[in-house]
Amino acid sequence: MKDTVISVHNLVKKFGSFVANDSLNFEVYSGEIFGFLGANGAGKTTAIRILSGLSKPTSGEVNVAGYDAYRQPEQIKMNIGYMCQKFSLYEDLTVKENIILYGGIYGMSKSLIKERLAELLAKLRFQEYENRMISDLPLGLRQKLAFSVAVLHDPKIVFLDEPTGGVDPITRRQFWEMIYETAERGITVFVTTHYMDEAEYCDRISIMNEGKIVALDTPGNLKKQYNAESVEEVFIKIARPVKN
Amino acid sequence: MNKVIESSGISRSFGKTRALDNISFYVDEAEVFGFIGPDGAGKTTLFRIITTLLLPDEGEMKVLGLDSTKEYKELRKHIGYMPGRFSLYQDLSVEENLNFYATVFGTTVRENYDLISDIYSHIEPFGKRLAGQLSGGMKQKLALSCALIHKPALLVLDEPTTGVDAVSRSEFWDMLAKLRKHNITIIVSTPYMDEAMKCDRVALIQNGKILDIDSPGKIRDGFSRKLFSVRSSEKFRLITALREHPGTVTAYPFGDSVHVTLINDKAADSLYDYLIAKGIKDVSVQETEAGIEDRFLELMEKGATA
Repeated sequence: MKDTVISVHNLVKKFGSFVANDSLNFEVYSGEIFGFLGANGAGKTTAIRILSGLSKPTSGEVNVAGYDAYRQPEQIKMNIGYMCQKFSLYEDLTVKENIILYGGIYGMSKSLIKERLAELLAKLRFQEYENRMISDLPLGLRQKLAFSVAVLHDPKIVFLDEPTGGVDPITRRQFWEMIYETAERGITVFVTTHYMDEAEYCDRISIMNEGKIVALDTPGNLKKQYNAESVEEVFIKIARPVKN
Repeated sequence: MNKVIESSGISRSFGKTRALDNISFYVDEAEVFGFIGPDGAGKTTLFRIITTLLLPDEGEMKVLGLDSTKEYKELRKHIGYMPGRFSLYQDLSVEENLNFYATVFGTTVRENYDLISDIYSHIEPFGKRLAGQLSGGMKQKLALSCALIHKPALLVLDEPTTGVDAVSRSEFWDMLAKLRKHNITIIVSTPYMDEAMKCDRVALIQNGKILDIDSPGKIRDGFSRKLFSVRSSEKFRLITALREHPGTVTAYPFGDSVHVTLINDKAADSLYDYLIAKGIKDVSVQETEAGIEDRFLELMEKGATA
């Protein structure tokens, strides 16, 4: 039996009369790499804000990392990590300062932060960068560090927003290996992205369209079902059914 | 055939960073030419030099037969440029933006309407809406309309599809394909390897250097080794085992599989048994054809060891 770390039943979120999330139902398992896809404006951001304790559902049941989205948003926040491509680290702080800052925010003890800092620097072969400003780091290193910081406190789930967009092909693959390793440790990786080739790396993906989840399966099964070569083709078939 | 762009030995540094290092290439008339490379490769710097917005430290850039550093005033009349960042006036409406760009170039929307009609017709119903309130896909269509409204001979598109969803991305390439009949030369940059296939020729660019220039098919065919696609339900264990395998040269995750090259055919024959012996579940090993990205990785490795 797989452990469920996110369970969503009939999630509805309305803004006035606009239904941003229209009765979503899905479960995400422990150690799974789950891709959350959808066109611009499909309702992904709204759903993620709810899953990360930043916004409350209008109705429905949402449980994240064992906590209820209505009553325990603060506990949810302490048990998740988040990284996006645009901003994750403070550019005018050093590598070390960023790690200490995030460790403090997540309520880690000083000794644990020190331990993790040493581990991280060793693992990323980052020792020489310890006292460098983030703004001086090459993009690839910055991305890897941002990811490591997002899982510094061993969260149950880490949310990644377009984690490898724009990086070179080698760095991108090193990054996916870090993601695989994290999932292997039992941390759930929840990926939202516009890059359909990132979706190919996920264990399962869901595709949202106009507030609803319209597909949810492994990339392989979806490709079979839609008779498509790639997730991109599946996505286009779903989001643009009968045009041209 | 006329050369629309001829770049010879272009270099440009910012402080200690060498953003462009001895870049030479040409672009033929009516070609769709792609620059494919990651963030920081130098794509935007190069486009700023082509569009006369930045001076190179060294080298010569001829665009439409004009020197981009000396004859920039004349050249600017003939270039349509869509920068990576949305750069239209957010507090002007769709119509006002388009009229503004037409007027600046001394023309009218009516005069060149047939050139943009395929694109602009999608957003025309929202003509009174402020540009800042458009969706990503609509902003992109407006920006392209504005870049085309003076009927440029050369259209320069800097990462037009970054951050837009897959549907808008595919629509955008359809629009570019339709522009071909107007004989406009297009250069376009993108970090998406798969978009390379939609160009006539592409340059792979990394750390300010061009790794290769050719048609996408030929670049792909340049991949020199046998390539295997290896799958398992246990991805991390699979990669770890492949890395430990003495016959492995490279092992890169590629979506739901790992692309592997090996030292010789013997290593290929024994790979499956090796993985089974390692206890990896649901293993499959298949020879596969290399794509552009495989070739990019191969060229990057060579660059790293050269």
